Amino acid sequence: MIEFHLDGRSGVSPYLQLVQQVRHALRLGLLREGDRLPTVKDVVTQLAINPNTVLKAYRELEHAGLVAARPGVGTFVTRTLTDATLAAHGPLRQDLRRWLDRARRAGLDDESIEALFMTTFRTTAREDIA
Amino acid sequence: MTAVLRARQLGKKYRRGWALTGCALDIPAGHVTGLVGPNGAGKSTLLNLAAGMLAPTTGTIEVCGGMPGSGPAQLAKVGFVAQDTPTYAGLTVADHLRLGARLNPNWDDALAHRRIERLGLDPGQRAGKLSGGQRAQLALTLGIAKRPELLILDEPVAALDPLARREFLQDLMEAVAEHGLSVVLSSHLVADLERVCDHLVVLVAAQVQLAGEVEDLLAAHHRLSGPRRDPATLPADQQVISASHTDRQTTLVVRTEAPILDPAWTVSTVGLEDLVLAYMSRPAEAGPGRRPTLEVLR
Repeated sequence: MIEFHLDGRSGVSPYLQLVQQVRHALRLGLLREGDRLPTVKDVVTQLAINPNTVLKAYRELEHAGLVAARPGVGTFVTRTLTDATLAAHGPLRQDLRRWLDRARRAGLDDESIEALFMTTFRTTAREDIA
Repeated sequence: MTAVLRARQLGKKYRRGWALTGCALDIPAGHVTGLVGPNGAGKSTLLNLAAGMLAPTTGTIEVCGGMPGSGPAQLAKVGFVAQDTPTYAGLTVADHLRLGARLNPNWDDALAHRRIERLGLDPGQRAGKLSGGQRAQLALTLGIAKRPELLILDEPVAALDPLARREFLQDLMEAVAEHGLSVVLSSHLVADLERVCDHLVVLVAAQVQLAGEVEDLLAAHHRLSGPRRDPATLPADQQVISASHTDRQTTLVVRTEAPILDPAWTVSTVGLEDLVLAYMSRPAEAGPGRRPTLEVLR
């Protein structure tokens, strides 16, 4: 069973934090098919958050096809995210490493590298939408 | 949308002046609504009007479909925990429950006793001897066991330590999940509100500055930073909430439903706390349409 936590300073809305924590647990294999998520009341009582927030998170997970609600029984995981794409991460990670080495050799410090990455990431993300 | 609270042109004048003016507000049922604003903004006045403890000077207010304080049926629908969670110091915990049972037609006695037991409160203890946290929990117990449609709480956690505050909010949220009651609570602690509220009302200088669903409000506000420029040159659909300038840079919080296309701006999201602060620190006369003048901050 997953236990949720909330980071008040992350700037990420509480409902999205719950969604991300489930996705993360699925990716790491901490949650598997058939596992039950905590009930809305359990999450509400544990975290002192609004029930609508939990419902919204569970609805979004359901919409993404990751969980299914069985009325009166609970919400269950229907799919895992520990898939084959993880294997594809290897080469990508190596490319990124090489790029980071080049950036350091070019004299960029960590902050500059992060800023460069984030601005480029955002620009391409925006171009993809447009 | 069924409204649990609806106000039109609502105003309240005390001898020293207007505490609330021209208030138009719709608070939907089934939500937990946070009411924030500086001290003296009119929060307690609004809550007392909703509970029927005060009568409006102008306009109308409707709560759960009725006029606040208009009769026994209306009183049964609304629970009110006033500021500093008052209890009767000379009465015991058990006396409070007996009082609750006698005065409230929908009283849930089993729920009240279960809560008192779980909280570890001694029924024979006088309320005056309870700690602040225990007193707040007793007041909340009475408010929940009354089984109202709407529970109004005026700064319920202000005097509590962090642990007691968390426990109080946990119990409040549990009641919302179990009984589906609507809640309106005022607080200065925006971090708490961010957890428990899905609806927000910002009250400044006796007027409602902002009201809506938290997610929608956060999605409609952006922080823009970029080379210095006069906010008056922004597109008309971008309403400036706050502006600050250095000699080279301008930082704005703007409200707009449309995407920000100007590449000169670095656009970032605004957290709930910053959003509330932007509205609270806005000059009172800077209503919609007015733009703050450009000034230099070094």
